[in-house]
Parts: sequence; structure tokens; C-alpha cells
Amino acid sequence: MKFAVVVFPGSNCDRDYLHVLGNVLRQEVTAVWHQDTSLGDAQCVILPGGFSYGDYLRTGALACFSPIMEAVRDFANGGGPVLGICNGFQILLEAGLLPGAMLRNRSLRFVCRRQLLRVENTNTPFTSLYEKGQVIQAPIAHGEGNYYLEPAELRQLEDNGRIVFRYADSQGQATDEANPNGSVNNIAGIANEAGNVLGMMPHPERSSEEVLGSTDGLAVFQSAIAYLAERGKAAC
Amino acid sequence: MLTPQEIQQTQAWRPMGLKDEEYQKICGILGRLPNYTELGMYAVLWSEHCAYKHSRPLFKNFPTKAERILVGPGENAGAIDIGDGLAIVMKVESHNHPSAVEPYQGAATGVGGILRDIFTMGARPIANLNSLRFGDPASEHVRRLVRGVVAGIGDYGNCTGVPTVAGEVSFADCYAGNCLVNAMSVGVVSHSLITKASASGVGNPVMVVGSTTGRDGIHGATFASAELSEENEEKRPSVQVGDPFTEKLLIEACLELIESGVVVGIQDMGAAGLTSSSSEMASNASSGIEMDLSLVPQREKGMNSYEIMLSESQERMLVVPKAGAEEQVKAIFKKWGLNAVVVGKVTDDGMLRVFHNGQLAAEVPAKSLSTEGAPSYVPPAKRPDYLDKLWSYDFQQLPDLEPDEIQEAFWQLLTSANIVSRRWVWEQYDQDVQLGTLVGPGSDAAVLRIPGTKRGIALTIDCNGRYCYQNPKGGAALAVAEAARNIYASGGLPLAITDGLNLGNPEKPEIYWQLTQTVQGVAAACRALGTPVTGGNVSLYNETEGEAIYPTPVIGMLGLLEDAEQYATIAFKNQGDLIALVGEQGEELSGSEYLHVRRNLVAGSGPKLDLDAEKRNGEFCRAVISSGLVSSCHDVSDGGCAIALAECALAGKIGAHVRLYCPNRRDALLFGESQARYVLSVPENNYDALRGLALQRGVSVSLLGRVGGDRFTVELGETKVIDSDLGKMLDQWTGGLDRLLGEK
Repeated sequence: MKFAVVVFPGSNCDRDYLHVLGNVLRQEVTAVWHQDTSLGDAQCVILPGGFSYGDYLRTGALACFSPIMEAVRDFANGGGPVLGICNGFQILLEAGLLPGAMLRNRSLRFVCRRQLLRVENTNTPFTSLYEKGQVIQAPIAHGEGNYYLEPAELRQLEDNGRIVFRYADSQGQATDEANPNGSVNNIAGIANEAGNVLGMMPHPERSSEEVLGSTDGLAVFQSAIAYLAERGKAAC
Repeated sequence: MLTPQEIQQTQAWRPMGLKDEEYQKICGILGRLPNYTELGMYAVLWSEHCAYKHSRPLFKNFPTKAERILVGPGENAGAIDIGDGLAIVMKVESHNHPSAVEPYQGAATGVGGILRDIFTMGARPIANLNSLRFGDPASEHVRRLVRGVVAGIGDYGNCTGVPTVAGEVSFADCYAGNCLVNAMSVGVVSHSLITKASASGVGNPVMVVGSTTGRDGIHGATFASAELSEENEEKRPSVQVGDPFTEKLLIEACLELIESGVVVGIQDMGAAGLTSSSSEMASNASSGIEMDLSLVPQREKGMNSYEIMLSESQERMLVVPKAGAEEQVKAIFKKWGLNAVVVGKVTDDGMLRVFHNGQLAAEVPAKSLSTEGAPSYVPPAKRPDYLDKLWSYDFQQLPDLEPDEIQEAFWQLLTSANIVSRRWVWEQYDQDVQLGTLVGPGSDAAVLRIPGTKRGIALTIDCNGRYCYQNPKGGAALAVAEAARNIYASGGLPLAITDGLNLGNPEKPEIYWQLTQTVQGVAAACRALGTPVTGGNVSLYNETEGEAIYPTPVIGMLGLLEDAEQYATIAFKNQGDLIALVGEQGEELSGSEYLHVRRNLVAGSGPKLDLDAEKRNGEFCRAVISSGLVSSCHDVSDGGCAIALAECALAGKIGAHVRLYCPNRRDALLFGESQARYVLSVPENNYDALRGLALQRGVSVSLLGRVGGDRFTVELGETKVIDSDLGKMLDQWTGGLDRLLGEK
């Protein structure tokens, strides 16, 4: 399958996805510079973690105006699978491809730790290989991961199953104690209405190899591969 | 700006930190009176921070050569061969004074500066470490410093995408007014891409790349070379402001540029900015440089030549490409949104010649500004009197712990500032970006895999300042020994060090004596352990209101693992594993955290140094780790055997039962800090093999107990003296620093 990883000035996880997709999963993956205007023949797009434009105005606020974002928008609106991780999630929010906003962590500190998540929705291109309710480990590393959405919209999101990952404890309980940043309803990841755009704060690429302590995150990328294979078959 | 005559009349060199005889020396070099810009250039480059005036003559003691050392001291950073055509580049640098007055920016720019030293060499930075010292965490001022420094280090490293993988933080009153912030950075580079700071090739262009130049940080290096006092608030403008986003772009642009093959030489603009980078590059190549300052991209209007030459604006580099490659350089930097401007050219007359607005603004021999050109001093040395008092302390007069006091003493130590978990600190650092971190903070050393190879590296940074206060030479050697122990305990072979020597004012005979002893101690241990010095940093004048810090030679060490995955961590892993001690059970109390915490006492000459035992026991541990015999390994350091065992249990979240036999003092047995010791856990089936190997190598191994359960218990003979619920220990220890800093 053909993946594209968009590189913004200040992205710093871009090479990590190239490694996991290219070396671990043996997929075709290319880096696309933010000033390009085309995603080429990519079948799945990843917006990476990092600090695009230094996060100097607001996280993701400047990156969403990069020339490539027009192509990303078109790709997403056309149903193409788009995954935004960490800063990539923040960019998707600023670009209006996902609803809501990020606030600073409630501790007001950057937090990096191994985090447990509960998979809420397996009906997305990035989660189909998980079991609903499964507890997985994926490290977090962010200063602004405190997701917020107005109550009315939040209810809609909940009702439509658009919460994809929630911070949880080892029992799968989404307790306040298990919430590392103060996100409303322990939200760690959400999807758009069509389900093809996913934003998540945790880093599945950091738990994609046994040698790094966990392979729980690998299924995010494997699900995408399976989804694309399925779609390829349907198209034939 | 003052005229040369006005400078002479008003003795304007004095506030810049130059001595009268140094001013005379400058007049002699130039054959005339220096102008204000020239005086400023000399003042900064002849500061202690840049010129190592008081320490340089001592460095000849350091071992600096070995087959693996590709680049030793004198360049931006050392480079060590790790096989497969790759080298590790590493260096440590201090940012103590800036952090004392402006903790966030001081620490952040410390990280930025050391990162530039790494990628200037052509290496991609793959890891950051840091070594921090503060006063009593109960003080609100100290808490403010800790918060600022940790956030500054975190934000800069996190944004640049370099994981912070290891470090150390400790607290002692002597650092209350003069905190220490030593940042270390580590990169990886192909041998063929190692790049140096050399301006060779007459006619080659000289280019300023990266950020713009402003008035920030002028005389930062001078400020770093004086004692701190109450006037420091006024020195705030001497502290630079960091921009990690620009640094990240600069990393990518510089690495792309170096890979393109057009770079002749490159140097970062650290202390003394344009002055140091241009004079060093010219001096290294025995060439000259001519520059027009009007061409330097500036962020403020109306800057004069003095300000432009001395600015310490961050995230800038000086590049000498091959003539004709100017446009290629500009194109690469434009892609990354950065400036790249030709400001001058390489000449052959050995002069640094600077024009501004069409006028000659400065003209000095480049070599006279360089380290070799700067004056150096061998001041009088005197052994300090305080040592007599410490060394004559009679430990017989100190009451031992009664068995029923031990549980309480254990808890007191476990939850004390220098022993509680550093989780509060390291959680603010991205430890995992780049996917190389196999072992992050919280074990003895960090372990990283090296992409494209089977190999791994182990990294640590260590020093026990109290040992150094009690015995400057022995303590410095123990700092190297402890670093080596952390590498060995992780399964690595110690290869080389970078050192950050932090001391007081060397113009005081007692401090200069400490400095000479420190260098001898580091040198002796590096020789014995086979770890040459590849470069480092000296930070002197660490005093407040005349009171010096403990001599604090922090040692950053690199170790190599032939197989990255054959590492050990400190964590107990399996129920039923046996626990063994490597090394002799100790009898020493001197220098221990126990004495400090429980008895409020610093006494004796510190723990005994035995470099042969260090090497023998360390090599043994490495052997049993790489052959897969053991489940965990941890060196015994602060808090002694009881605390080391507790740390293994806490890291593994699994209990342990230990029985010790006490020949003499209970306190020394449990909490003494005798060196060259490790605790291992080993599957019972492997124990005989382990014993056999120990016998062969003449290493002492004794059985202490067994891993398992959910309690941590220690018996002395038949008497249970420590019996604690592991869950409660985890809670108190893990969140201990949060509580001590008032964050909970």
C-alpha cells in the first residue's frame, strides 16, 4: 500500500512513521513536503507528530495553511483515510477536518509516559483489527492534549460513536485518574462523521515493535493496510 | 562607543572582566591601542568560559587517545568509532549562571547550544542528557528554579525532536544560590561526514546562516566567568533567548548541507557569537577571515560593530562552503525558511578583519583570540583546611542504628530528596521520539539502538558532589567509576567520556587546588577504565556571596553494546529469582546519603576508591548480562545496599526478601556507600554458572535473597528490620519529588 507522511517545518515524528511503515510493515511510504500541492498516488495520509511552526501561535494553527493542506482536505473529503497523530491531530482540528480544540494539559506541564487506552470504535480504517473495549498501550508526549468540545457537539460525537480511543486504566475504566491531560470524557482520539479521518494524541508508532516494549499500536497501521486491501478488492 | 584613548583613560576593560595586564598584552599584540569593538572581542574570548585560562594547563593530564577516538578535545565535540562506519559524537556543556538568573531560557539555550555542537560535526542528534544541582527543594526560590530549568530543557529538546533519555538531579545547600545546569547531547554520523570548524581555501566565501542577529546575550560568556552576586538581576540581558523551532530547521538544513558535500568548514555561534566562530575557524586553518558586518541579517535597527560581533543570538552558524556553491547553500536554507548570506571571505593573512558601514571596525590576528592565543594562568594552590576536620572525624563516636530504628531510617532515606523517583522530572521530557530508546530514564544508563545496525549504545551522566567535596581527587575518580558502573550494569562496554567540571573561583588557592585534584582524579580513573576524555566544558566561578559549590565534575559516558537487545535494567523481573551482591559487603559510612539525611553529617574522606575492583566487577557484570545469565543488574550508589535493592523492587513492581549478616555496624551494612558493587537478580538455574564465572575472574559474589511477593523485607540475621508493603513504597517513592517540590 502507498502511504504519504506530510512533513511540516517542525514535524519531528515523520521519520518514525517512515520507519514503522517502511521497515517494520514493508509498505511503500514517502515523505511529502508541506509546500507540495499534490499527494501523488498515496492511498493513506499521515499527519505527523512534532511542533509544526514551533506551535508558536497555537498548536497546528499555522500548519493548516500549508499548501499541501488543500490536497489533504480534498483527499479526506473524497473518503481517503487520513490519520493525524499528536501534532497531526492538532492540525486536523485547526483545519476543521475534526471538531473541537486542544487546551494545555491540566497539569500545565508537558507529559511523556506510557499510557493505556480503551478502543471504543473498531469501525474505522485505523481500528478494524482491534476488539471493541480492548485496552492497549500507546505512549503519549504532549503539552496540549487536553481535548475540549462544547457539550452539545460532544453528545453528538458520543451518540454517533465517533470517540475512537479513551484514556483508561488497566481494567479498561475511563477514570479521572487515568486521564493524563484533562481531556473531556477522557477522549484520546476521535473520527469525523464519515469515519475516514482519525485524530489521536497517543503515538501508536511508539508501541509498534517488541523491542520498544509493546506492539499494541501496530494494529492502527495494519488496520489501514487491511482497509486499503479490502477497498482495492471492492474496486476490482 | 569609547575611543581608544577614552578606553585607556577610563580603564574600560575592567567592567568587561579583563585584567590590567591583559589589556597591556592586547596593546602589545596589536602594536596600538585597541578600539572598543576589538576590546570587547578580546574580553569575551579571553574570558574563563571561552579560553579556559585557569584550567587549560591542567588538561595535558587527561588521556585523550585510543583507537576508537576519531576526534578528541579541541573540536566542537568528540567523535568515537562504534563500528559499521559510524561514529558517536558527544559533549557536555554548562549553562549555570544563565539558569540561575533566568531558569527557563538559561536551561533551554543550554540545550540549544550543545545540540549545535553536535550537528555542527555533521551528526544527527539522537539523545540529550542533563545533570542538575539545586539547593534545598523546600525553598520557594529553589522550586522556581527547578520548575523553570526542567521546563526549559523539556521544551527545547521536545520541540527539536531529540529524546531526553537520562540524567541526574540532586539537591544540596551549596547549590542554593548557584544551581548547576549541565546539558549533554549525543549524535550519530558516518565517518565520512564528520565535519570540522575550519576556514580553509583562500577566497572561499564565509556565510552566516540561520537566525538573525540581535542585541541579546552580549557578554554572556563574560557573565559566565564571574561569581554570582546580588547584582545579577541586572545581568538578565546577558541571557539569550531560545527558539527551538528555528533550531529544528537549522538541524535539518545543516545536515542536508553537509551531506551535499560542499562544506569546507562550519562552526556554531555559541559564546561570543560571530567573534568566536570566525576567529576559531580562521585560527584552526591558519587562515584569515574578512567580513562586512553590514551584510549580517539583523533583527534590530542601529546595531554597531561591537554589538554585532558580540551578540549571542541563538540558532546561528558560520559556514565556509566551496567557492561557487553559494547558491546551493542558499537554496537549501531557503527550503527550510532560513537565512544564508555571504558576509565575507577566507584570506591568507591570518587576520580577522571586520568592516561595518564601509569603515574598518576591527583588525586583529585571529590566533590571538583563540584559546592558544589567550593568556593562561597557574595560580597558587593550597589544600583547604576544611579537609583536616572532615578527615579526622572518628566514626566510632557515631551511634549505630538500633534494629528497631532501621525501618524508620529506611523510609526516611527512601523518601528523601536525593533518592525519591525522578519521575516528575523525566515525564516532562519526550524520551521516545526517533524510536531509538530501548531503556529510558529510571534505570542505570539509557540504552539506544543505532538504526541500520545491530549495535546499541549506553549513555549516562554522573557525579556525587559530596564525595568530591570530601576528597576532590578521589571523588572525581569515583564520578568516572560510577558512570562506568552505570554503563556496565546496563550491559555496555565503557568507551569514552565527556566531562563538565564545575567549581568555584580558581583565583582562590583552595579552589584552584580542588581543580587540580579534580583533573588528576578524572584522569586517573579514565586511564584505569580505558575511557579517554573526548572534550567537555569547564565552568568556574560557581560561587554566591563568596561561597563555592562542591567541586562537581559531571561525567558523561558512552558505552557500546554489540547487540542492542542484550541489555539489562535495574528492575527485578521474575518471582523466585535469586538476588546476589557483586563486590565486597561494605563497612564505610563516609560520604553516604544516610549520614547526610539521618545524621545531618558530612564527615570522613568519602568512600574508598579501588579502580581495579571497579574494572573487574564491572567487566564481570557486563559478561553475565551479555551472556543472558541474569535478569537484572543495578549498581549500589546513593543510599547503599538497602536502597539499591528497594530500587530494583520498585522498578520491577515486585517484592523481595533479603537476609544480611552483620559483622560490624548495621548502618554501614545497610546504607553505607562502598563502591564497585552491584546487585543482580538471577534465575536459580543460572546461579551456579554465575558463581563459576565469578570464581574464575576473582570476583566476590554473595547470595542476598530472593525476588517475589508484594513486600520488601530485610532481615539482619534472624531479626526482621525492614518490612514494607511494596504498593505503599511505590506511592511514596514515585510521587516523592512532586511532594517535596510542593507540586501535589
